Amino acid sequence: MMSIDELALDPRAVEDRVRAPGFGGVVTFLGVVRHVDERGRSVEALEYEAYDSLALAEFDTIAGEAGERFGNVRIAIAHRVGRVASGEVAVVVCAAAVHRKAAFAACQYAIDAVKARAPIWKREVYADGSAAWKANEAHA
Amino acid sequence: MTVRLIAFARARELLGDRRSIEVAAGARVSDAWSRLLEAIPDLSEVRGVRFAVDGTMSEPDRVLHENDELAIFPAVGGG
Repeated sequence: MMSIDELALDPRAVEDRVRAPGFGGVVTFLGVVRHVDERGRSVEALEYEAYDSLALAEFDTIAGEAGERFGNVRIAIAHRVGRVASGEVAVVVCAAAVHRKAAFAACQYAIDAVKARAPIWKREVYADGSAAWKANEAHA
Repeated sequence: MTVRLIAFARARELLGDRRSIEVAAGARVSDAWSRLLEAIPDLSEVRGVRFAVDGTMSEPDRVLHENDELAIFPAVGGG
């Protein structure tokens, strides 16, 4: 259900991981690299780096927590690493539940937790060739 | 004793080619970190430094053992 990969993400394939009989609501969140940063600088790409084993374990922990909070939910998380150009998808979170309300809630819980806790870092690469590590933005 | 090192993001850049550190028997994560700060003072710029030992998040008072893998990284920010 969880993956970290350098290849382009296919949201449909991630959705397929959570789809199952009886799960009538599926919510998919896509995190897309913005073309400007908070200060208006042009961003060409984000370079993501992950502590893979720890990040995958954290994804599993987050999915378990979502189950405790929202009941019978299925969570899939796919995060890209390496260079991700602006406009491309960096992270996909899919949540399936019996009904839509729990699916929305679980999806939001999972992406917020990924942002806050997963050992993944990103460096912004600007159009002028400079770059900077980005601090944690739990609610970005 | 020897402790293996890995690092991520800014900490990885600052650590450079260093792959291990020698610490006294019974040393804690915080002792290893202090040694590293002495050797590479710029590491102090790593924001909200966190540690993991052999793949498990660890507090600075965790006791290290020979050949442990100590991971050093800044505060996280996925997504």
